[in-house]
Amino acid sequence: MTSPVPPSARERLPIPFNNSPEPFELIAQGAESLLYKTTFLSPSQPAALKIRPVKKWRHPTLDKRLTRARILAEARVLVKLSGEGIVAGGGGRKVKDPKKGDVGAGGMRGLVPGVLGLDWEGGWLVTEWIEGGTVKEAIYRVSRARTMGGSGVGLGGDDEVEELRGLLRKMGEVVGKLHACGVVHGDLTTSNMMLRPLTTIPDNSFESDGHDETSPQPSGAASASMQPQPTTTPNDSLSGDLVLIDFGLATQSVSDEDRAVDLYVLERAFGSTHPREEELFACVLDAYAHGEGSGMQGKAGKTVIRKLEDVRMRGRKKRHVVLFTGRGPAMPLRLLRGPDLDVFTEKALLPKGTQVSEPANMKAGDTSGASLHC
Amino acid sequence: MHIAVGLEGSANKLGVGIILQSSHDTPTGPPSPHDSAHSDDGAFHPHSKQHSSPPVQILANLRHTFVSPPGTGFLPKDTAAHHRRWVVRLVRQAMKQAKVRLEDIDCICYTKGPGMGAPLGSVAIAARTLSQLWDKPLVGVNHCVGHIEMGRAITGAENPVVLYVSGGNTQVIAYSAQRYRIFGEALDIAVGNCLDRFARVLHISNDPAPGYNIEQLAKKGNVLLELPYAVKGMDVSFSGILARVEEMAKKLEASNGSWLDPETNTAPITKSDLCFTLQETVFAMLVEITERAMAHVGAVQVLIVGGVGCNERLQQMMGIMAEERGGSVYATDERFCIDNGIMIAHAGLLAHKMGFETQLEDTLSNGRSVGQLAGLRRKKRQDWL
Repeated sequence: MTSPVPPSARERLPIPFNNSPEPFELIAQGAESLLYKTTFLSPSQPAALKIRPVKKWRHPTLDKRLTRARILAEARVLVKLSGEGIVAGGGGRKVKDPKKGDVGAGGMRGLVPGVLGLDWEGGWLVTEWIEGGTVKEAIYRVSRARTMGGSGVGLGGDDEVEELRGLLRKMGEVVGKLHACGVVHGDLTTSNMMLRPLTTIPDNSFESDGHDETSPQPSGAASASMQPQPTTTPNDSLSGDLVLIDFGLATQSVSDEDRAVDLYVLERAFGSTHPREEELFACVLDAYAHGEGSGMQGKAGKTVIRKLEDVRMRGRKKRHVVLFTGRGPAMPLRLLRGPDLDVFTEKALLPKGTQVSEPANMKAGDTSGASLHC
Repeated sequence: MHIAVGLEGSANKLGVGIILQSSHDTPTGPPSPHDSAHSDDGAFHPHSKQHSSPPVQILANLRHTFVSPPGTGFLPKDTAAHHRRWVVRLVRQAMKQAKVRLEDIDCICYTKGPGMGAPLGSVAIAARTLSQLWDKPLVGVNHCVGHIEMGRAITGAENPVVLYVSGGNTQVIAYSAQRYRIFGEALDIAVGNCLDRFARVLHISNDPAPGYNIEQLAKKGNVLLELPYAVKGMDVSFSGILARVEEMAKKLEASNGSWLDPETNTAPITKSDLCFTLQETVFAMLVEITERAMAHVGAVQVLIVGGVGCNERLQQMMGIMAEERGGSVYATDERFCIDNGIMIAHAGLLAHKMGFETQLEDTLSNGRSVGQLAGLRRKKRQDWL
């Protein structure tokens, strides 16, 4: 659902965007916010504009309070992680160029978007634009390839699994780094992680409609097709930096409990979005606690993993899989556990335009809301 | 034509329902006259053609609630005693209203779980007795599934995200990849439990239900105080809110009218303001996680089931949210939101028609007999599967 916002619709955008000349492209409409691609302060600086619209169903005081708190919290966390802020107690000294992987302020520079501007009353935040596609899409791609080529035992599919393992290890390490920096994401899902290709020509063109023919990617992939392509195309490989985005629910915390809940949220989100890859999730936790680039190696990581077991048990009801009745002839009521046997993925979760041969059981809903979890 | 008796007693409500399901989509006969303790029912037809739920007719839907004094909650022992006291009476009355013959009854359905152990046991005993007395098969039903099935059947929602909220449960259930999955839930206590315990501190009456009285009080409140807002991804947490709001309640009692609204500094804070604050905050949280699930799967319909689903403010908030997304909210009234025997009969009968039956040996009310539960649980309530 990427579409350029015509000047007539601009008035609905908050000040100062309601009458400004920059191009705007609606990238995603999540539950919490609207995400636009635009430029900020200079036409050569692509930016992500996140607007938190007023929710009329919330009490207005609560709504204002929440919006302000969330925008500020998100900005503070990003500033801390990118090391753009002033060193505490440093007499106004700026944080020196941190090496990637450093623990503490600045340790995640390059792995999170930098803050460019915000207005908590107006309800918006502008951050750096991250090129590439979401990790969720990347996994779907590889998963489909695995399905197509992996029909026989030991026949193909192994490469894909290795690729996936590598990606998941990267994921574990990045989350480990994040926790080591004293931040807990709060909403870890594969839609909130981007795979930024290693070589990218900075995108500063907004020619024509910026649409990718195959699918509306909620990222720069659409506009990247306008430029002469770098050798690594984002759509084909799982290489590149794994960049975390959407820190709307992030908090600054070092408690094991919070870190464990963070991992738990990711585990569950991963399991419901990528049921076929659920068994590989252990790679994430392994890399988190033992990976070289993690930052949570040793005792710290071990403690969090142990806490994670507690959190899993505590979930009030176990993850049931309910076989639903009434869809076609009524079926026996049973609570099942275990991998599902279906080959076809739920149509609504696939990017628009994907050919699926079986009739969809579910209305193909708005996929852009599903792919970027704002 | 299939008829089933349903017994529900997982919490403090004892429900006995008798339901009739036709075999085909033939129109049902004239509704039989009956009145339940709380309201009158009629025949209803599923709205959607995609449903293959046959038209159902409610022949009897009786309920009696065990109400504990204000300031207290209901204990398992007393609740079980209440159920034992009332079940025979209710079954007799239901049979009289429904005017069915014993031969016509297909099965006896009862809540196998989840819920409170002792009351569930009492109801299981009653169900077993009826089954042996009348020589009818037994069908154990999952309480949560009963709620969802009933909600779908009544409202005709085709593919909703379900918000199941009651005193014992708070879950957001959505359909994804050919399965219903729990997308989000309360990590500690259920929202209804939070409301009930808050009512106790303020000595709000439990008759007919504490949540109902909180709702009425909240309508008169208008000050929104600050409570911690704990949404963690797709999940929510209420124990922090409960602790804070209980603190506020104690402060209110101690202040004797001297606690003033911080905005205006003139109007004193009242019980109604606290109820209002609590409702607005917890309901906003529930609507938020429901919205997330909707965005995640691309659904447009929301179905609210469970006792807390009766709350009109929650229904209103959910409605506004759904409308903003171009969708709609489905909810039932207190006949079906609150625990009832009909939902058990409905779900049980559906299962029974496909050949499902609970053997007598499996209906033991001792939690330890369900092997896989032993040692894994730290919760007070047992999960009965």
